[in-house]
This record gives sequence, C-alpha cells and structure tokens, in this order.
Amino acid sequence: MQEEIRFTKEHEWVQIKDGLAVVGISDFAQKQLGDIVSVELPKVESAFKQMQVMAIVDSIKASSDIYCPISGQVIEINQGLQEHPEWINQSPYDKGWMVKIKPSNITELESLMTKTQYEEFVGQIK
Amino acid sequence: MRTPFYEFHKSSNAKITDFHGWEMPIEYSGIIDEHLNVRSSVGLFDVSHMGRYEIKGSNSGEVVQSLVTNDVSKLNNNHGLYAPMCNERGGIVDDVIVFKINDNNFLIVVNASNRDKDFQWISQHLKSANIKNVSEEISLLALQGPLAQSALQKITEFDLSQLKPFDIAPAEIFGTKCMISRTGYTGEDGFEIFCDSSKPEIWSKIMDSTAELNIKPIGLGARDTLRLEAGLMLYGNDIDEDTTPLEAPLKWTVKLEKDFIGKNALINKKPAKKLVGFEVKDRRIARHGNQVMANGTKCGAVTSGSFSPTLKKSIGLCYVPVDITMDQSIEIEIGGKNYEAKVCGTRFYKRN
Repeated sequence: MQEEIRFTKEHEWVQIKDGLAVVGISDFAQKQLGDIVSVELPKVESAFKQMQVMAIVDSIKASSDIYCPISGQVIEINQGLQEHPEWINQSPYDKGWMVKIKPSNITELESLMTKTQYEEFVGQIK
Repeated sequence: MRTPFYEFHKSSNAKITDFHGWEMPIEYSGIIDEHLNVRSSVGLFDVSHMGRYEIKGSNSGEVVQSLVTNDVSKLNNNHGLYAPMCNERGGIVDDVIVFKINDNNFLIVVNASNRDKDFQWISQHLKSANIKNVSEEISLLALQGPLAQSALQKITEFDLSQLKPFDIAPAEIFGTKCMISRTGYTGEDGFEIFCDSSKPEIWSKIMDSTAELNIKPIGLGARDTLRLEAGLMLYGNDIDEDTTPLEAPLKWTVKLEKDFIGKNALINKKPAKKLVGFEVKDRRIARHGNQVMANGTKCGAVTSGSFSPTLKKSIGLCYVPVDITMDQSIEIEIGGKNYEAKVCGTRFYKRN
C-alpha cells in the first residue's frame, strides 16, 4: 500500500513505496524553475540527514538546491534524468522522480506537510 | 513601468519579471519552446522597453559620428548600423543601433538598462543638434525567424524583399503608419517594427493574422538564449564601461580612420584580455561571475552563461588572457565545483 505524499517547505515531495522513500520536486517548484536542463544527483549509497542539500537542478533561469526530505541512504537514482531533465517538468510526481532513499527514521515524515497543508502553503506564497 | 503591450502578455499567461524597472514577459510557453519556435518559424517580441531617441539638426551627422566607433558618414538614407558608444577611456557606454533617416535626422535605439544614461551622455555631446526621446510615442516590436518575412508580408503592402539588412523604411500595417527595419537580436532573419504606441492592438492583430505560420509570443528568457547562441553582446554582462570594443569581439565596428570619443584610448591600448566562447562538458549551467581557470590558475570570469537549445549544451562567454587558444581546455567554477569546458568562438549558431 502506498503511503500518503508529504512535502517540505523547499518544495520536495516524498512518498513511501515498497519501504523506500521516493523523492522529487513539486509541480509548483518545476513551474517556478521553468525548463530544467541539468540535474546533479547524489551517488548511490551516500547518506543524508533531513533537509541536507542532496542534489542540484539547473533551469535556464536559476540553479536550485534540492533538500533531502527524510534522513537515510540513497538506494537508487533516476539515471534517465541525465539525458532527459525535462521529465521533471513534464511529470514531476511520476517519471520525474529523482532519488529513492532507505529511511533511517520514518517518524520524520510527520514533520512534513500533507498535500492539503502544502497546497495551502503554496497558496500563500503566490 | 509597463510597455503598451503589457495586457496582451498577461492574457497570454506570460510569467512577468522585473527587468531594470520594467514588468516584462520572461516566458509564455517556455524558454526552450519559444527559442526553437524562432529558429524554425517565427516569433513576436515586445522590445518597447528599449530606448528610442531622435537626433536632429544640421550637424546631427557630425554629432552621431563623434559618439560611435563605426562610420556613419558612409550611411545612405534609410540605412543603419550597429556600434558601441565609448567613453574617453575607450570603455563602452552602450551598444546601439543608429539609423540615418536623412542628413539631419538620426534615430538611435539603445538598451533599456541605459535609457537615462545614454540620454544624458548624448545630451552632453550635442553641440547644436537636438535630442528627442520618442520612446513613449513610438513602441517597438521584433518579428524574428525564417518565416518572419512571410509573416510580415501578410500584413503590409511594402515589398519586404526590397528591404536589405539594416535598411529602415516607412510602411503601413493595418492602416497605421510605422517604420520597419531589417534588424534583430536573434541571429535569424527578422524585422523590428516601430509603431504608434497608442495602438497596442497591433500585437494581437499580428498574432491573429499570422497564426498559420506558427507564430508565438517570445519572452526575454528566449531572447537571451537566442542572442547568446548568435554571439551577440548583452550590455552589463559581456560589455560595460570598463571593457573596450577591442577586448569584446567588436573590433569590426571600430573605424580608426575617423574621429570618435575614446579613439585615442583604443589606438594606444593593446588588449590584455579577449572575450571567448566556451562549451561546458557537463549540463550544469555557468552563470555571470563564475570563475574561469586555465592551467590551474584563475584567469577570468563568466560574463554570460546559459543553455543552448539548438546545440543542447551548456554554453557561455568569458574574458580570458589573449594567449588562450581555441579548443583549449579551461575550467569553470560552478557552485563550488570545477567543471571542464572547451574554448570556442563566440558565435555558436549560424543560420542557413
């Protein structure tokens, strides 16, 4: 069963699937960035703490740090993004996933926003 | 500040950005999509934020000749040229387009970021000529791309095949008098349209009349990627008051056989640096100010960096010492990490 999706204040999303935390950036974030042309992903087996910078995305307009939403070890990265960074723009929650993490402390999810809370949060930014 | 076309940008869902005090569209359908549309068909740009000044009077030709490095004395009526305007040190005050309408009437188009500065600068060197700021009454659009002539020919009776690069001519579009020049900032064929600012509906009329040619509105984001691919300078990034036209790839605009402000500084100066292009061997984008290293030593900084949608590469421009060669390997520092890049010419794209 899939867990509910959660969001950070930095616009990353995380969702537990088959015991791994799948991470990407939100639709709001990809719209803000515009055409994404480069993604620098972490190495597999590297470890991150919650809200540590884990990856970098370049759009034509700006570079954006991607923060790790949940502490753990990187198990898999989306290699396809090297050739197709535009997948993040086209399908931010599906084909544009970035990293899969084995979480070291699953309760960290509770500190993140739910979908409803995130939508409210974004509504206030606009 | 807003141009007369602001409402059209909003209703086309443009993302609006602040550009030197102007609320301008940075993108509509996306920078890459807009860029590729200009390269393959045609795009319409609002460039009314740029400045337009008339210099008139019996010695206006002399005045303009002293202000720019290029030779306007050889211009025919209704023809123009591109030139830097230099200060006494040979540094660039602005890069401009000058049109000679006739011996006593010149039209200068200047960068938006330098509108006030240029007006002051030119005013200080007028002698008995007059300068008039016509930026409010005349708006400026650019129509660029391989289908630009087909598009524009649909809405004007003026025979555009007679308009050569840098020609300017009076014409009528939708029954309104305007001027059309064969100029642009994209590296494609194209036109700039000087029109009556009280009739901004010309924007939607152009879009509707040429829809079958796949015309799209183009924002400042794609304007920058297009000009960078074409090797065109961006004032404030690649050239400024502290760079000379000899350091930038603008030697071709400098006519030392005539007099102009800054000439003495340029005659005596041997450039110690030069502007070159680079291609990054990674997809990370270089940005203005990123350090450039050659043979392990810091030797310059990136002036412009972006993504080339045509080449699908990370490209840019930087100043380096004059002994750096083409194809030489350099390093660009991006976000604290060094990335390898290859030196190349400043022109990444040439149209067919």
